[in-house]
Amino acid sequence: MHTVTYRDALNEALREEMERDKDVFLMGEEVGIYQGAYKVSRGLLDDFGPERVIDTPIAELGFTGIGVGAAMVGLRPIIEFMTWNFALLAIDQIVNSAAKMLSMSNGQFPIPIVFRGPGGAALQLAGQHSQAFESWYAHIPGLKVVAPATPADAKGLLKASIRDNNPVIVLEGEMLYNMKGEVPDGDHVVPIGKADVKRDGADVTIVCHSKTVIPALKAADKLALDKIEAEVIDLRTLRPLDLETLTQSVKKTNRCVIVEEGWPSCGIGAQVAFDIQSLAFDYLDAPIERVTSADVPMPYNKRLERAAKPNLERIVEAVRNVTYSAS
Amino acid sequence: MATKIVMEALSPTMEEGTVVKWHKSEGDTVKSGETLAEVETDKAIMELIARGDGVLRRIFTGEGIAVDVGSLIGVIGSADEDVSNIGPTPVGDSPATPSPTETPSAPSQTTGSDTAIDHPTVQPSDGRVKASPLARRLATERGLDLANVSGSGPGGRIVKRDVISAPVGVTGAMAAEYEDVPLSQIRKTIARRLVQSIGPIPHFFLTTEIDMVNVTEARASLNAMGDGQKISFNDIILKVVAETLIRHPDCNAWWQDDHIRYFRDAHISVAVAIDDGLITPVVRSANHKTLRQIGQEVRELASRAKDKRLRPDEYTGGTFSVSNLGMFGIDQFTGVINPPEAGLLAVGAIEDKAVALDGQLVIRPRMRVTMSCDHRVIDGAAGARFLQTAQHMLENPLAIVW
Repeated sequence: MHTVTYRDALNEALREEMERDKDVFLMGEEVGIYQGAYKVSRGLLDDFGPERVIDTPIAELGFTGIGVGAAMVGLRPIIEFMTWNFALLAIDQIVNSAAKMLSMSNGQFPIPIVFRGPGGAALQLAGQHSQAFESWYAHIPGLKVVAPATPADAKGLLKASIRDNNPVIVLEGEMLYNMKGEVPDGDHVVPIGKADVKRDGADVTIVCHSKTVIPALKAADKLALDKIEAEVIDLRTLRPLDLETLTQSVKKTNRCVIVEEGWPSCGIGAQVAFDIQSLAFDYLDAPIERVTSADVPMPYNKRLERAAKPNLERIVEAVRNVTYSAS
Repeated sequence: MATKIVMEALSPTMEEGTVVKWHKSEGDTVKSGETLAEVETDKAIMELIARGDGVLRRIFTGEGIAVDVGSLIGVIGSADEDVSNIGPTPVGDSPATPSPTETPSAPSQTTGSDTAIDHPTVQPSDGRVKASPLARRLATERGLDLANVSGSGPGGRIVKRDVISAPVGVTGAMAAEYEDVPLSQIRKTIARRLVQSIGPIPHFFLTTEIDMVNVTEARASLNAMGDGQKISFNDIILKVVAETLIRHPDCNAWWQDDHIRYFRDAHISVAVAIDDGLITPVVRSANHKTLRQIGQEVRELASRAKDKRLRPDEYTGGTFSVSNLGMFGIDQFTGVINPPEAGLLAVGAIEDKAVALDGQLVIRPRMRVTMSCDHRVIDGAAGARFLQTAQHMLENPLAIVW
């Protein structure tokens, strides 16, 4: 084990995979000379040279399309978006080219590409730069979507994504980059499609991912003071969902609260709630509750922004509702 | 709005019911939940509960009349409501009464929304039982009628804690915890071939003779303590069977056609003769009960059985039966399995017999027992092991607490 930041854990993953496989290369805005807008690619240009660490113009649609083309001819591109908000400009290449090529070429062109960057809100970046796009990508057949919450999962999932022969969306977090945590030594790979039980509990299952894992764990600590033991499940992969782990947990706890940073309508939680009621109907003791961002463009005002995001208090309240234990 | 009173399925196997006594007369005010009538089912006399508020306007079925489950037997309405269009009409074009298309598998399904689906006009819309899916499942497993459980959730929703804290039967029975095991191919083949050979339940029988010297002494010393209720041999046999089932869970099971349900507790069906037949009240979780508790419970259940005052949850849900004809001097007999249970122990009389023991001819009290096994669930060796343990336990009564 060694302790590193989430940012450096991603850097380790990039470096190790580029060393392991010469077809892996990184491309995006400021990834080279500037060493990454969030310093995830620090040192890579020096070590791997400008052919494998490529600075692009501010032209997301263009470099994303180049990435898909490179994947079609056998390379394994990693496309960094400075944030996922900017990927809106490139979503045609992600959805219409990367995700569909394997199917529409009758299996001739696998697209082993990784699209990565920070998603969701940071602090006071306002409506256009504070968006969680999980459900957009998880909606698309042909894509896999991961959203690690810890340095260890960030490293392990990025490595698994680079090795995967399908397009994988890696949703990181600006507010997570400085978080420190233990990462196993050696070739640490976390399989795509496996959720992680971050805390055991018998009374309610709190489903979360990415940044919402932190308030979920804090809420669990707070609830434990009132003898409500919450099981906290970090989805880690949003497509495909680990339905087995979810179902097992809800069969044990009989109640479920789903927390996410996205908006309520058609969110990840809507899908998880559907799957749980379908697979564990006879085990549910209460309607499933969701905690999401408010159904508005993210306000710039600091207080309004705080009120719009999912937080500890709202998670605790939702758990009290499903456990029928009003405070 | 008027509420129709129908003959409800008040026992799991009831197909028709006889109104023994109306507790209300036409014109009486009734409240939802009040007893309207006593109904004799195939098993017991049960209370028929009002499902709506108002005035008992019409009675269509007099006392002593048997009608099919689902038949209209009366109407509750407000005092001034026109109810003439409900019930038998002189021209004989009344809508067909809904027939019971299937026998409910558990008492909890005899009321509540399940019934409302079959008989949409039976209950007023505000009489719907609101319960979480988990609460419904738990209630079914416990043989609990949700109509008798009050809900503590929002809008009166019945939730897990309400079912768990609801009293089940006089004994506060525990949940029927069990494990369902899918049938292996060999188990399917055994089941198919044996049924071809010997009828729906392929019985086979194992008999052994048990030396009762030590049990006789143990019972005598327990009863010499002079502490209230006397312990009978049958109480000891029930306890031994329960403990043996826990040691041999392969005999504590239900045949469920496409799987076998193995229970974690031993719920012993005790055959009790009554005036016009027999019934098998169940001593639930007998493995957790003391001899004295078992004795008291059996006597209490048997006495109410003779008065036909058992509730359905008191004579269903057993996992193994014990039938004792020793008091009639029967030396040995074979009992018929009580499905879906897979086994039954037929107990004969204790009689002094001459037996060879350590090369000596001695007189010993001996008892012959015969185990009936459903071969689809219990194979010969499994049954033999069960019987061997039961024999050891009766010959060394301290083994009950081993």
